[in-house]
Amino acid sequence: MTTTYAVLSEGLQKRYGDVHALRGLDLAVPEGSVCGVLGPNGAGKTTAVRVLTTLVKPDAGSALVAGHDVVRDPAGVRKRIAVTGQYASVDGDLTGAENLRLFARLLRAPRARADELLEQFGLAAAAGRPARTYSGGIRRRLDLAASLLVPPRVLFLDEPTTGLDPHSRNGIWDAVRGLASRGTTVLLTTQYLEEADQLADDIVLIDEGRAAQRGTPAELKALVGSYAEVVVAEPSALEAAAAVLDRLTGSAPVLDAERRTVGAVTTDSTLTLPRIVREVDAAGVLVVDASLRPPTLDEVFLRLTDRKELVA
Amino acid sequence: MSTALVPEQGTRPVSTALVHDGTAVLGRHLLRIRHAPAITVMTQTMPIVFLLFFGYVFGSALAMPGAEYRSHLVPGLLVATAAGGLMTGMFQAAQDSHRGVMDRFRTMPVSRSAVPLGQALADLVAGAVGTVPLVLVGLAMGWRIEGTAPEALAAFGLLLLFRFATTWVGILLGLASKSEEAAGQLGSATFMLPLLSNAYIPTDNMPGWLRAVAEWNPISAVTTAVRLLFGNAPVPADAAWPVAHPVAGALLWSLGLIALFAPLAVRRYTRG
Repeated sequence: MTTTYAVLSEGLQKRYGDVHALRGLDLAVPEGSVCGVLGPNGAGKTTAVRVLTTLVKPDAGSALVAGHDVVRDPAGVRKRIAVTGQYASVDGDLTGAENLRLFARLLRAPRARADELLEQFGLAAAAGRPARTYSGGIRRRLDLAASLLVPPRVLFLDEPTTGLDPHSRNGIWDAVRGLASRGTTVLLTTQYLEEADQLADDIVLIDEGRAAQRGTPAELKALVGSYAEVVVAEPSALEAAAAVLDRLTGSAPVLDAERRTVGAVTTDSTLTLPRIVREVDAAGVLVVDASLRPPTLDEVFLRLTDRKELVA
Repeated sequence: MSTALVPEQGTRPVSTALVHDGTAVLGRHLLRIRHAPAITVMTQTMPIVFLLFFGYVFGSALAMPGAEYRSHLVPGLLVATAAGGLMTGMFQAAQDSHRGVMDRFRTMPVSRSAVPLGQALADLVAGAVGTVPLVLVGLAMGWRIEGTAPEALAAFGLLLLFRFATTWVGILLGLASKSEEAAGQLGSATFMLPLLSNAYIPTDNMPGWLRAVAEWNPISAVTTAVRLLFGNAPVPADAAWPVAHPVAGALLWSLGLIALFAPLAVRRYTRG
């Protein structure tokens, strides 16, 4: 079976004066999947979306979106995509209902579709108020609804939940999951690793304008490895426990006398928690607690981009 | 993937798409003006304030009798108001560019000319409606239409054409602006333009170089044409060509500005 790509880019470059926003970005998003483009502020996420949605022309490289070239056939791309921006791109002076009806008219969608979406996105109560009076969450929902008047082949979401409270964020996530389950390809940029972990089939980690790493969330986590940690009863037993962990994981253990813990990273997927406990126990160490947990995407991100902390 | 054999959904003649999309964008701007009329009301009330201020304060100090000056001033202010399209066009285009809504239009299959055209047309409607209070106040102050009805209609037609022209200039400047604030400052500065013309004060006694600048200001040609068509004042003697041939001058200025700035504005909108 051949894979069809909804988004396929090669060597995208874009420079704004001295700022080299994209330095050869390659992307391949299979049709029907959700791709999370992850990176800190200034990594080039928004520029990538602007190039792929025909808002800016790349300086070099090429990109096909829904089978149409973003430079040679931008009109063909525009017929098949929808974009929800980092800044809610609706008309603040118009009411929610007026906004959706305007966009419906421009897209030749029936007016009833606009009313249907108002209902579906829980906007009916706010529909008569100017959009500029909306809270961030409602505004983002309106923005998303406007993107779904005509079901797009590819939906671009540029930081769809930045600045939203957890409740609003969950609402957007549910909507994105619903779309993905019906086969819409979604390309989502985010600075939140949890968001990518929750929604994306594949993650592309971008840093300084190019893809630093890619894979499923599980693959990226496997790349970094799991973290095994043992809590012992007596601080004096830490050294013995460390020796066992060193042997099992092959990586240098980290000791914490105060918390009476010893931990180590492992990339061995056959290593299980019972085995760790058994072996430490067999070394005559009293084990109080133990855990073997996959790394969070935050840890993955920090490891893979050599950053000390997230710029969020 | 789509194949080339299936007719593209939504393919239609360019002109039909422009009319459809342009009308939708026009509707959007009219709704917006209705919901947030502040700038529109402000740009239409200022001329009335100016009319009262110039007419009664400055007019009392001028050699020309007050009543005569006031009827001289009304056409000037009508043209200055029409030139206000420069400011409203700039404000609105800058606001749309910097608040994201224009980016949404750009990513939609919308006719490229429709977005600026719809804005220019809405501004024309607002300008036409906004002229009414100024005309009424002018009439109350003693200004009269002294020419024929067709000439008066031609005068109003010229005012609208000039409005349309200045709005296109404003749209281009607004789209090119770095920020809303920058557009606001530049837009406010355009209040000065009628001062450098014969709209408020005759150019005869200005120093030579200043007189040349003022008479080549498009506002002067349009003002002279409108005064002529309303039967308020004859064409002044030995003025620069656009003022000496005011109707042709006004038409050429307006059509020339549209021919130059409408394509530039559309191109600027398309490039993003």
